[in-house]
Amino acid sequence: MSAIATEPRQVELPAPVARGPRRRWTRFLLPTYVIAFILYLSFPILVIIAFSFNQTRGGFGTSPRVKTTWIGFTTDWYGRLFDLPDLTAAIRHSLTVGVLSALAATALGTLLGLALARYRFRGRAGADFVIFLSISAPEIVLGAALASFFVALGVSRGASTLFLSHTLFSIAFVAVTVRARAAGLDRSLEAAAMDLGANPVTAFFKVTLPLLFPGILAGFLLAFALSMDDFVISQFTQGPFTMFPTWVFGATRVGIPPHVFVFATIIFLTGATLAMVQALVSRHRT
Amino acid sequence: MERHLQPDLPDVEVPERRKKRARAPYGLAAPALVWLFVLFVIPMIAMVSLSLQTGNSLEGFRQTFRFANYTDALSQNGDIILRSLRNAAIVTGVALLLAYPVAYWIAFYGGKFKNVFLFLLLLPFFISFVIRTVAWSFILSDNGIIFGTLKTLGVLPDSYRVLGTTFAVIAGITYNLLPFTILPLYVSLEQIDRRLVEAAKDLYASKRKAFTNVVLPLSMPGIFAAVLLTSIPAIGDYVNASVLGGPGTTMIGNVIQSEFLRDRNYPEATALAIVLMGIMLVGAIIYARLLGTERITEA
Repeated sequence: MSAIATEPRQVELPAPVARGPRRRWTRFLLPTYVIAFILYLSFPILVIIAFSFNQTRGGFGTSPRVKTTWIGFTTDWYGRLFDLPDLTAAIRHSLTVGVLSALAATALGTLLGLALARYRFRGRAGADFVIFLSISAPEIVLGAALASFFVALGVSRGASTLFLSHTLFSIAFVAVTVRARAAGLDRSLEAAAMDLGANPVTAFFKVTLPLLFPGILAGFLLAFALSMDDFVISQFTQGPFTMFPTWVFGATRVGIPPHVFVFATIIFLTGATLAMVQALVSRHRT
Repeated sequence: MERHLQPDLPDVEVPERRKKRARAPYGLAAPALVWLFVLFVIPMIAMVSLSLQTGNSLEGFRQTFRFANYTDALSQNGDIILRSLRNAAIVTGVALLLAYPVAYWIAFYGGKFKNVFLFLLLLPFFISFVIRTVAWSFILSDNGIIFGTLKTLGVLPDSYRVLGTTFAVIAGITYNLLPFTILPLYVSLEQIDRRLVEAAKDLYASKRKAFTNVVLPLSMPGIFAAVLLTSIPAIGDYVNASVLGGPGTTMIGNVIQSEFLRDRNYPEATALAIVLMGIMLVGAIIYARLLGTERITEA
């Protein structure tokens, strides 16, 4: 498809008005800007990776803090990754809530996306509206609403309220992703399976689900990434169950230990690899 | 009509089957919709209810339908709300100007590397935005890698600082929201039929004219979506103001967060959150009207 779309541009038309040598260097203006822009976006990431190898001066008895200047190269922090029990617990909390809420949101969101892609039913417009609202509502409003709800119920905030809330904000994103995939699916394949004697459940698991898989996988990864990245809703619904981003936010007041940058580097590299694999899988499947 | 063609089809089967099909979407959608209802719709109602209560965190809150909570919250935080709106407006404008050329170049000249460029643009966002913001506080710190170096070289005076200023806050929010600006712009620019641009050039439009009269109007749905997706999170942000800002750069999100989580003044915090939501809804509706409704359906 992209081959067709790019074709017309490759036919270079002679410019109606001849331009002097001025065009020569302006041609490079935009590409240079794009590269500078990409470097600007990646700059903090490069700083995080670089500073995860930075020595800290002094403070050996107390916990070390990253200095804002470069002191010297060390790989110490990678060896002492799990030195801070609070931070390790926060990472574990984030991963647990991330995986569980992404699984729940994928299960619920896939079914919802399928219903929206395939059926016209009463209440569909309402469902669409709630999905749209839950995606576009500002995080702080959603966080305050969830916290109000838990306060009104008298529920103490912790792991379970985090799980419920993270699942909530991921459902809509999974539903939209799966719906896009399901809309492009040929329904006659499922009908053919049923003509060949498969009951609807078998047809769903043997035909529909494998065809939907790239959409479902993308939805799951998106939900997991949203959960890992989330700060605002976590802060409002976590109670004493500290997550990785909220732990880091709390640490900004006293100074960031280098372990944070090490964890960030590892998470970044894992996420980037997963995204590349996912892109290759979905290209392969389609 | 079907029945005339197949007269021997038993009458009962048709409605039975239809009933089964009609139930299918509800079975599929119900679990997610129940979740959304219980944890999104009801909490919104709970928040509205909480915003009208009186009391304090020690003795508990009672429902008194005190609408003055809203006027109190507004009169105490008027300047902070205005500052948040101004910051969000600057962020949105700057992000649009920064992102448009990038989206344009990738959509029109990216060729087969389009997806690679998009991937590179989104790569930084695999690290939580809190940590990226912390990284900016390192970069911009008074004696950090940029300003520390410039100060030792004597380019900048020792008293020069960026961290703690409004500039740092606005720059931080802009940085964090750029993907929300660039993606909708890219999607709408990518969909533009290239032949229209060539037709304009064939009709002796200059490059600039072809851009302002063809490409720019056709990318309006993308600009519309980009403005909404950038400005809405920008107004409510409080992480950048906390990490990169100083005492005078507080935004409305900071007030809601500290009133709710630190002072447990739930009525004021929720009243402010609802005011924030209201401002955004009204802004989005006015904005949609100004641009014309057909633009939104396109977007």
